[in-house]
Amino acid sequence: MAKNAMLIDVSRCIACRACQVSCKQWNRLPAVKSSFAGSYENPSGLSSATWRHVRFRETVEKGEVKWRFLSFGCMHCKDASCVFVCPVPGALTRRDDGTVYLDEQKCTGCKYCISACPFDVPHYDDAKGKVYKCNLCADRTANGLTTACAKTCPSEAIRFGDRDSLIKDAKSGGKKIYGENELGGLSVMYVLQESPSFYGLPERPAMPVTTAFWKKVLKPLGYIGVGATVAAIILHYIAIGPKKYKGGE
Amino acid sequence: MPGLGASFGRGAMTNHWIDLKNSDCILVMGSNPAENHPCGFKWAIKAKEKGAKIISVDPRFTRSSSIADIYAPMRPGTDIAILGGMINYAIENNLYHKEYVLEFTNAATLIDPQFGFMDGLFTGFDKEKKTYDRATWKYQTGADGKVMEDRKLQHPHCVFQLLKRHFSRYTPDMVSKISGMPKEKFLEIAKLFCSTGAPDKVGTMMYAMGWTQHSKGVQNIRTATILQLLLGNVGMPGGGINALRGHINVQGATDFALLYHDLPGYLGIPSKKDHPTLKDYLEKTTPKTGFGSNKPKFFKSLLKAWFGNAATDKNDFCYDYLPKASGNYSHMALFEDMYAGKLKGFLVVGQNPAVAGPNGNLERKAMEKLEWLAVIDFYETETAAFWKAPGVNPKDIKTEVFLLPAASNVEREGTYTNSGRWVQWGFKAIESEADRKTDGWYIYQLGLRLKKLYAESKEKKERPILDLTWDYGEGTPDAEKILREINGYAIKDVKKDGKVVVKAGENMPIFALLQDDGSTACGNWIYSGIFPKENRSKNRKPDKGDTIGANLGWAFAWPANRRIIYNRASADANGKPWSEAKKYITWDPNAELPDGKKGKWVGPDVPDFKADLAPTAKKEEKGPFIGIGGRDAFIMRPDGKGGLFSPLAEGPFPEHYEPVESPLKNLLSPIQFNPVVKIWASDMDKLGDANKYPIVGTTYRLAEHYLSGSASRNLPWLCELMPELFVELSPELAKEKGIKTGDNCTIETARGKVKAKALVTERFKPFNLDGKKVHLIGLPWHWGYMGICTGDIVNNLTAHIGDPNTFIQESKAFLCDIRKGG
Repeated sequence: MAKNAMLIDVSRCIACRACQVSCKQWNRLPAVKSSFAGSYENPSGLSSATWRHVRFRETVEKGEVKWRFLSFGCMHCKDASCVFVCPVPGALTRRDDGTVYLDEQKCTGCKYCISACPFDVPHYDDAKGKVYKCNLCADRTANGLTTACAKTCPSEAIRFGDRDSLIKDAKSGGKKIYGENELGGLSVMYVLQESPSFYGLPERPAMPVTTAFWKKVLKPLGYIGVGATVAAIILHYIAIGPKKYKGGE
Repeated sequence: MPGLGASFGRGAMTNHWIDLKNSDCILVMGSNPAENHPCGFKWAIKAKEKGAKIISVDPRFTRSSSIADIYAPMRPGTDIAILGGMINYAIENNLYHKEYVLEFTNAATLIDPQFGFMDGLFTGFDKEKKTYDRATWKYQTGADGKVMEDRKLQHPHCVFQLLKRHFSRYTPDMVSKISGMPKEKFLEIAKLFCSTGAPDKVGTMMYAMGWTQHSKGVQNIRTATILQLLLGNVGMPGGGINALRGHINVQGATDFALLYHDLPGYLGIPSKKDHPTLKDYLEKTTPKTGFGSNKPKFFKSLLKAWFGNAATDKNDFCYDYLPKASGNYSHMALFEDMYAGKLKGFLVVGQNPAVAGPNGNLERKAMEKLEWLAVIDFYETETAAFWKAPGVNPKDIKTEVFLLPAASNVEREGTYTNSGRWVQWGFKAIESEADRKTDGWYIYQLGLRLKKLYAESKEKKERPILDLTWDYGEGTPDAEKILREINGYAIKDVKKDGKVVVKAGENMPIFALLQDDGSTACGNWIYSGIFPKENRSKNRKPDKGDTIGANLGWAFAWPANRRIIYNRASADANGKPWSEAKKYITWDPNAELPDGKKGKWVGPDVPDFKADLAPTAKKEEKGPFIGIGGRDAFIMRPDGKGGLFSPLAEGPFPEHYEPVESPLKNLLSPIQFNPVVKIWASDMDKLGDANKYPIVGTTYRLAEHYLSGSASRNLPWLCELMPELFVELSPELAKEKGIKTGDNCTIETARGKVKAKALVTERFKPFNLDGKKVHLIGLPWHWGYMGICTGDIVNNLTAHIGDPNTFIQESKAFLCDIRKGG
C-alpha cells in the first residue's frame, strides 16, 4: 500500500503559523489562554490542545542573524515507540498508510506513550483523562484530502503526498532528508537548513532502550499473564520508572 | 501611488503576484511580505528556488529577512538616500540599460534652462508659503514648439545629466552615514540589484507601508521608479514595482476613489476654484497627448452612468451635481477638523481609526466632539467604543453612538481587486444570520431612503439625489448589476468606421469604444471590458503547464485584462525581445490583421500599446493615441516616456530629507526635513526632539493579527498566537536601560505613552550614523481595549505629519524613549 507522508522543507517556511491554526480548526481544538512568552512562539509547545507547533530559533553567526522555523508535530514513526508500549489493544496503532493513529475512544490515559516517545509528542489532558496527538488528519486523508496543515501552508513548505514520490522529489533537488530511514522511516520528514539539534530534534532519533526491551521481552510476557494491565503497570514502573509529564493547560 | 503615476502614468502595481517567479532579483524594501502577504510571497520563494536572489532591506530583521539571501539594515526614513545611492552606483559603474533609457525614458529631454537645485531646494521655493512655483520644472521647447532633446545624453540640461549630477552626492560613504547601513553591505546590494541592468536580467521591488508612511513617502517610491527605469526593469516579466496592498480590496477601493481627491478610474475630483464648469475641468485636466487625452469620453460616460437621462449635452451632463473640492479632506485633516468641532457626524464602515489612526489620543478625543457616530462593523470596535476607552468617563460624552451589525466578506458576493489589479469574483459562502447586513445593503438602503425622503422635493439642490442611478434590485443590491454599470453600456448604437459595433443596450466590450457625446455610460473606465457579455471576474481557467504565468483566463485584470502594464517596453526599440530568456510582448511584422494589413504586437499577455502601431511609427497626430509613436511605451504619459524627471510637490527629482522627528542633522543639505511637508499644529499635535527622545521608533504588523485587530483580536486561536503587545529592542539598548525580555516597559513620545512587554533580540541593532550610535525600537500596532486580547494603542505614539502629495502619516519613523516599568 502507498504510504502517506508529509515533507516539510524549512527553507520555504515563513513561520506564519497557519499550520498551527488550521490544525486546531480542523481538529476542533480549543485555544489555550496564553501570555507573552518572550518570543514569537506561543503557546510554548505542543499540548493536548496543540498538535502542531512552530518553533522559532534565533542565533547570530559571524555577525549575521539567523532566524529559523520548524513546524513540529507527531513524526509518525514506523518503529513507533508509542505503539509498542501502549497496553490497550487498538488505542495506538500504526496503520498501513503510515499513520500512527491514536484512538481517543480506546485511550485509557495510562501515559506510557508519553514516556516512550523520542520526540516528546503525545500530551495528556487532565480534564478528559486521555492522551492526544496529531493523527495525520486520518479523517481527511481517508477521504482523499491532504492534511489540514499542508492544505493551509501558503508557501508550500509542508507538502502531503505519497511517501516515495516526496522522497524522490526532494532527492532530485539534491536535498537531504531527515526521517527517511530514522526509526524505520518517518511519515513526517524534514528538509533542514541546520543540524537537527539546532531545531531541538534528536540528531539520531532512536527508540529508548527501555522501550526496545519492553517491545522484545516484557510486552509479550505481559500478554501471557492474566490481567495484562496490572502487569503492565508493574512492569512499566520497573522498566521506566515514574516520569513527570506536562498536563493539559 | 502618485509616485508610480508620476513616473509611469498609472498609480498601480506594474506586475502581478505570480509574475514574481520570473524575477532574477527581488528587492524587498518598505515591506515585509512573508508576514503581511504570506500567500503572495510564495512566488518570491519560487523565484529563489529557480536561482533568483532576494534582498531584504529593513530596519529590523523580519521573517522576510529570514528567507532573503542578503539582509541589509537601515534607519527608518532613509530610503531615498539608499535608493538614490543605488541610482548613483548604477550610473557611475555604467550598469544602467542604455538603450532602454534612451528609447523609453525622458533621459534625452532638455529641461528649462532656469531649472536648478541648490542647498536642498529646487528652483521656485516660496519660503513664506512653503510651496513651490513649478514654472521652471518643465521641458524646453524649440522655436517650432517641439520638445528639445539630446539623444547623446550629453547636454548639461538634459534629464540624464541633471539626474546624474543630482544623485552624484549620494556616494556609498554618504549613504552609509545617513542610513546606518554598513558601506560594504550597501555596495553588496547595489552591485547585486544593479546587475539587473543587463538586457537578459530583470529585477523587481516589493514595497508597502514601509515606503509610504513617511513625510516623503511618495518620493521614496519615485526614487524606486527612477532606479527601475535606469535598469530597464519596467514592463518586463519579473520586473516592475510591486505595490503590496494591505488587505483584500485596497486596490479596488483606490480604483473607485475612496480617497477624497479622486473620481472612479483616477479621473480626479473637480476643484471649486479652478473648475467651475465642465469645460474648465476637462480643458485644464485633460492631457493634450497620450492615452489620457481620451479623458472626456471616460468622464462624460461616468456622468451618464451616474445621472442617466438627466445628464445631457445641454446641462453639461449634470457636472453641477458633483461636489467640488475646496479643501483637504484626508484622514488627518478630517480628524483635525473634528477635533476643532467642525464636524457633526461620522459614518465609519470597515475601519477602526481609534486604533489605526495616527496620534490616537487626538483622534479619539476628536470623536468626543461629534453629535453622532455610526459604526458598521461585525464587532464592537475601539472606534464604536471610544466613549468607554480607559481614562474616559462615559458620562462626559455627549455623542450619540450607533453600532450597526455588518455581514462579513463570506456572507456577501462581489469582486475583490488584488494588488496585481486582478478583479476576482467572491461567491457568497453562507447566508447572514440575525440582523447582519452587508456594507452594500447599508449604502444602498441609505440611498433609497434619501430618495424617498426627497421624492416630493422641487428644490434644485435635491436633484443629484433624485437623478442618481440607484436601481440594483430589492433589499441587498445585486452586485452583478452594479458591475455591469461599472463596465459600461451603450445608450445609443456605437459606430466605428460607419459600422455599428455596440448596439444600444449592450454592454461595452472595452473602454476604447466609450464616447464623449453621451451615447455611452461607464461607472469606471479602467474596469470597462470586465462584463462584455459574461462576468469575466468569474473566469477560472488557469494557464496549463509551466508558463510565464499571465493566466489570462483567470479573472480579469484592469486595464483590458493586461497582467503586466507598460509591456511594450519588454521589447527593444525595434520590437524584438531584449533577450530570449525574457521574451514577452514583441512586434510580429507578418501577423495579419482583420482588415488585411500586416503587423501587430503579440505575446502571452494583452499588449499595453496600440495593437498595430509599428515600432518604427512616428507619433500619431490624431485619434486615441495622439502623440504616441512606436517607441513610446508609457502611453498614459503625455510624452509616452518613462519619467526620470517628473514633478511632484517636493520637486521633479527626489531628495533625501530627514524624518520630521530625527536624531540626525541632514548630512546632504541645510534643509532638515521635507520643505513642503504638512504638519498639523493643534494643542494635541506635539513634536519631540532628540534630546528628550533620543531613540528612533517604528511600527509594523505581524502575520498573526490583522490591521487594527478588530477581527483577529476576537478570535481565540489568533489571540493565543500573539496575546500581548510587545516592544522589540536590541541587547545593547536593553543593557543600557536595564531591561530584560518579559519586563514591563513604558515607551513615550511627545504625543503619548504605551506599556508593552520587552522582547530583547539580536534582530535589532543600533545604527552607526556618522560615528553616532542611535538605537531603534519597534512595536506592532494591532492592540486596543476591545476584543478578547487587549493592549495599549501604539498609534498614541505617532504624529499627524503628512506627506504633501497624499497626506499619509509619518508613522514609520519617530522619536521616542523607553524605560523599564510602567
